[in-house]
Amino acid sequence: MEKSSIIEINNLIKRFPVGGGFFTALDDINLSFSKGEFTGIVGPSGSGKTTLLNILGSLDVPTEGEATVLDKKISTLSHKQAAQLRNGHIGFIFQTYNLLPVYTVYENVEFPLLLLKMPAREREKAVQEAIEWVGLTDKIKSKPAQLSGGESQRVAIARAMVKKPELVLADEPTANLDSENSHHILRTMEKLNNDLNTTFIFATHDEKVMSYLKRIIRLEDGQVVKDDWMELKEAAS
Amino acid sequence: MSIKLALRNLLGAGLRTWLNVIVLSFSYVIIIWYQGLIDGWNVQARRDMIAWEIAQGQYWHEAYDSYDPFTLEDSHGSIPDNLAGGNVAPILITQGTIYPEGRIQGVILKGIAKDQQVLRLPTDRLIKENGEIPVLVGKRMATNNKLKEGDYLTLRWRDSNGTFDATEVRIAGIFSTDVPSVDQGNVWLTLEDLQQMTQSEGEATLIVSGSESLNNMNISGWDFKSMDFLLADLDQIIKQKSVGGSIMYILLLLLAMLAIFDTQILSIFRRQKEIGTFIALGMTRKQVVKLFTIEGGMNSVLAALVGAVYGVPLLIMQYKVGYAMPYEPDDFGIAISEVIYPSYSLGLILGTIIIVMLTATIVSYIPARKIAKMNPTDAIKGKIQ
Ligand SMILES: Nc1ncnc2c1ncn2[C@@H]1O[C@H](COP(=O)(O)OP(=O)(O)OP(=O)(O)O)[C@@H](O)[C@H]1O
Ligand SMILES: [Mg+2]
Repeated sequence: MEKSSIIEINNLIKRFPVGGGFFTALDDINLSFSKGEFTGIVGPSGSGKTTLLNILGSLDVPTEGEATVLDKKISTLSHKQAAQLRNGHIGFIFQTYNLLPVYTVYENVEFPLLLLKMPAREREKAVQEAIEWVGLTDKIKSKPAQLSGGESQRVAIARAMVKKPELVLADEPTANLDSENSHHILRTMEKLNNDLNTTFIFATHDEKVMSYLKRIIRLEDGQVVKDDWMELKEAAS
Repeated sequence: MSIKLALRNLLGAGLRTWLNVIVLSFSYVIIIWYQGLIDGWNVQARRDMIAWEIAQGQYWHEAYDSYDPFTLEDSHGSIPDNLAGGNVAPILITQGTIYPEGRIQGVILKGIAKDQQVLRLPTDRLIKENGEIPVLVGKRMATNNKLKEGDYLTLRWRDSNGTFDATEVRIAGIFSTDVPSVDQGNVWLTLEDLQQMTQSEGEATLIVSGSESLNNMNISGWDFKSMDFLLADLDQIIKQKSVGGSIMYILLLLLAMLAIFDTQILSIFRRQKEIGTFIALGMTRKQVVKLFTIEGGMNSVLAALVGAVYGVPLLIMQYKVGYAMPYEPDDFGIAISEVIYPSYSLGLILGTIIIVMLTATIVSYIPARKIAKMNPTDAIKGKIQ
């Protein structure tokens, strides 16, 4: 498996204006991710996990330093270029699901493919497949308001994975799933990771996720305090 | 793609969309209804004035000044030979005074041939019974002076020598018209009676033409006044009124815009999470603006369809039944009937539809542009800025 770099983060600082001053959410982050990684970012609430994923997803820009994603420097992207990067290469699973409320499950999952202008036949097949991965075939016509939290989360996962992106950024993807569903979805992700060499980066607290991760990065107060490769750890112990 | 998504957004939103659409459809129907009434009113005012007063045009005695009643004494002359006997109605005009219930009331006396066919005035009711002079008055004149059919009235006037004279006249008929200038302050007699009373046999002040072939002749001592000239005052009033009408039109349009603007502004806040998601999933700002603008435009297309469903039968019914004026027609200086029949022109209908659609689209574009400028990370959380 090739180990070319997909993400480079150099001296990244993110500050938010708060009151009169600033709050430093990410403090001098230096990280590198290779293609095909299955990595978790863990850490207490407020440690900066979502902030980091947002920057990697080109939804936000660094205050200082640089993040390079798929050879694109995030801080230099125009809005249009950022949209193209997200649309073409990145699947985003939001902590808050962010399903489109007026669309059915099917239409929510279909949406990224419409943006990609995928032909109807191919699109339908991909949508059906993605909905099968998350086990929601019987809810295809439901609207988000009719779904449970876990079901909504699974729709969000299907929507992020339907276009088989090179990079999936998943913010607490299993927070509302029971153990059976969590394992099922993680195995599906693992399969995509193996078959298509898709890179997964999770922000998570979930112990169930940990056991699948190949690398765990620990954030505290916006700083990387630990960066462990599981294989190495197992080998060491 | 935008059209497909816009339609999906609209239909997906269900009840919300239909509420917007119904509100917007009111704007179409109300604007067309209101403007149709104004137009119908104008058409009617012209038609009535032509029927009751103007006909095909008028020859005026060269000294006649319709704005100055004090010149009436000297502004009449012999009816020209080339008009006499034709399809015309000569009218002799002079000043007079009546004494209804002891009050003094100045009036304009108008003599017109009993058998004229040119104007709608019911002159055939000017029948002499016991030798006394029969007169006709309009309904408003009758109401204002408490006159009834069969009443006797003292009438005073000056003959051509300037001598005052008086006689009893009988009200032979009361007619109902929408044209105030033949009603208010007017007392109609037969031409013969008035000519005798004023010792001006064979004379008239003006001659109403009943056929176009008699128009525009060069007759010395008489000036031809065309229909357009005689309608100029009315046109002036209509113009002023239609300025008022356009203000109303603009107001209604503003209201419609407000309704759309309001729902679209509300959309920013209610839908910002949705919009943030659109952007996070890879839509460009331009695509989002386009989507929302098309949504707004589509709203107005749906509204036109919905408006047509109930508006067409409603407007047709109004057209057939007419609209009863809620105020006294006397308050206006121009002809207003008690019932107005609206007139809907193709221009009015198409114009309204195009204008409402354009405004709906423009008004959707403005907030859409603002929405798309939001920071996507804030928008995703649904934070209100
Ligand atoms: N837009 C913002 N303005 C100001 N402060 C912010 C903003 N976004 C995040 N923060 C702050 O940055 C810090 C990191 O937030 P972040 O959402 O990245 O935490 P997290 O690690 O994802 O937490 P959780 O596990 O609860 O999701 C928090 O203290 C938060 O208050
Ligand atoms: Mg978070």
